[in-house]
Amino acid sequence: MSWWTPQVEAIAFALFQSLVILLAAVGAGALLTMVERRLLGLWQDRHGPNRVGPFGVLQILADMLKILFKEDWIPPFADRTFFVLAPAIAMASLLLSFMIIPITPSWGVADLHIGLLFFFAMAGINVYAVLFGGWSSGNKYALLGAMRASAQTLSYEVFMGLSLMGVVAMAGSFNMREIVAAQETVWFIVPQFFGFCTFLVAGIAVTHRHPFDQPEAEQELADGYHVEYSGMKWGMFFIGEYVGIVLVSALLVTLFLGGWHGPWLPPIVWFLLKTTVFVGLFVLLRAALPRPRYDAVMSFGWKICLPLTLINLLVTGALILVFSPAGG
Amino acid sequence: MEIAFYLSAVVAVLATLGVVTGRHPVHALLYLIVSLIAVAMVFFALGAPFAGALEIIVYAGAIMVLFVFVVMMLNLGESTAQQERTWLRLRTWLGPAVLSGVLLLVLLATLIGADVDGRIHGDTLTAKAVGSLLFGPYLIVVELAAMLLLAALVVASHLGRGETQEEARAVRQVPSKRTADGRGRAASERSLGHDTSSEESSR
Repeated sequence: MSWWTPQVEAIAFALFQSLVILLAAVGAGALLTMVERRLLGLWQDRHGPNRVGPFGVLQILADMLKILFKEDWIPPFADRTFFVLAPAIAMASLLLSFMIIPITPSWGVADLHIGLLFFFAMAGINVYAVLFGGWSSGNKYALLGAMRASAQTLSYEVFMGLSLMGVVAMAGSFNMREIVAAQETVWFIVPQFFGFCTFLVAGIAVTHRHPFDQPEAEQELADGYHVEYSGMKWGMFFIGEYVGIVLVSALLVTLFLGGWHGPWLPPIVWFLLKTTVFVGLFVLLRAALPRPRYDAVMSFGWKICLPLTLINLLVTGALILVFSPAGG
Repeated sequence: MEIAFYLSAVVAVLATLGVVTGRHPVHALLYLIVSLIAVAMVFFALGAPFAGALEIIVYAGAIMVLFVFVVMMLNLGESTAQQERTWLRLRTWLGPAVLSGVLLLVLLATLIGADVDGRIHGDTLTAKAVGSLLFGPYLIVVELAAMLLLAALVVASHLGRGETQEEARAVRQVPSKRTADGRGRAASERSLGHDTSSEESSR
């Protein structure tokens, strides 16, 4: 075993870590498809899927089988390249973002010093999944969905970036590990409460979830941008949405709730617990809120959230300057 | 790092060629997105990850979304390709092409003649360093850019603002006088085009 040097061991461990995190992310996404429907049932006073297996847990298996064996059909009027590319973008860009999330002090894939910016870049690229999917389908409903998605994206992306700048200013770094380390004593949700609120709104918009699901709006657009998709391509949009929920929840935990910090329990348990709470919040929002018109969403973004984030950043910056030890 | 630099540079050049030669507008835009991401990779390879990340966020993530949005809405088909073919006659593009070719030769000559060894060190420039440079020695440039952007914002909000109530009333009054002496049909038709005024006149 002369080749088994500490270096090789480090590489193998890093590979193992990345694989586990990747599989856990996809697995959590798949599991959520069932958990969400059960929770929705609970909150809306109905049963939800409870027939397959104990408490309906095998429903995931049934759904997976259905998605995998359905005919994977590309409509003849669709633009093939884009039609195939769109679901891949949807899934890959969100999965890649898991790279920057530090799960415990020793677990995490990449320790980029531009960490947070990497997430913004991936969120920016993720938009093309909806745009290309909607355009290439050659369907008016799909195109309308894509149109709404791009209009919405331009409204939320601006304040999404600004909402986190307060956190970055307080931590003094884009690096996720340093942001978590800066929350040792006080979680950023306390000094950055408005940043938290606006990022929560933007995070929901990134995943195109209720109440920001105008691009897919079943009632008026018959599922919007992915109306022409079937089989596993549709499945990738579907799982991608849930991967997005897990991702945004994990980001909220890392940026505002102190990541793995917490008393008594080991770090991994704290991280998973906090993330689960946010995932539950996402589902609860879907169960509770109606869907606003998309122009209302846009004016909410530009007229309320954007000024709020700017004021928040201004006040944060001023306070940091006042209290900085160097005296400005 | 040099391999990464040259690979992404080749991708950037090829993708940009794809943008120029592509017939299909949306396919050309996809090439443009790939080209922008490749340029971001060039920044990463040069040790400027902050600039690379901003390149993706601002250009590939925001500005190109607008481009794709508009082109998707226009639904350009075979007729536009035909139109472009008629515009691109030899006479039209030969002159600019020769001039750009000369510029390319000059650029290549400069690059070959210059001492370029060891320019890719693998040092990375942190975001903090970029920030201290921008708000230190280059502060005036940042402020000028901010003023320019503010001016653009004011103009855009002026052009995009809706008609106020008073203006709608003014537009409604002028044509009614003119139609009285039978001259202002065009003006009254124009006023009907506005939502507010047509709503009020129907009342």
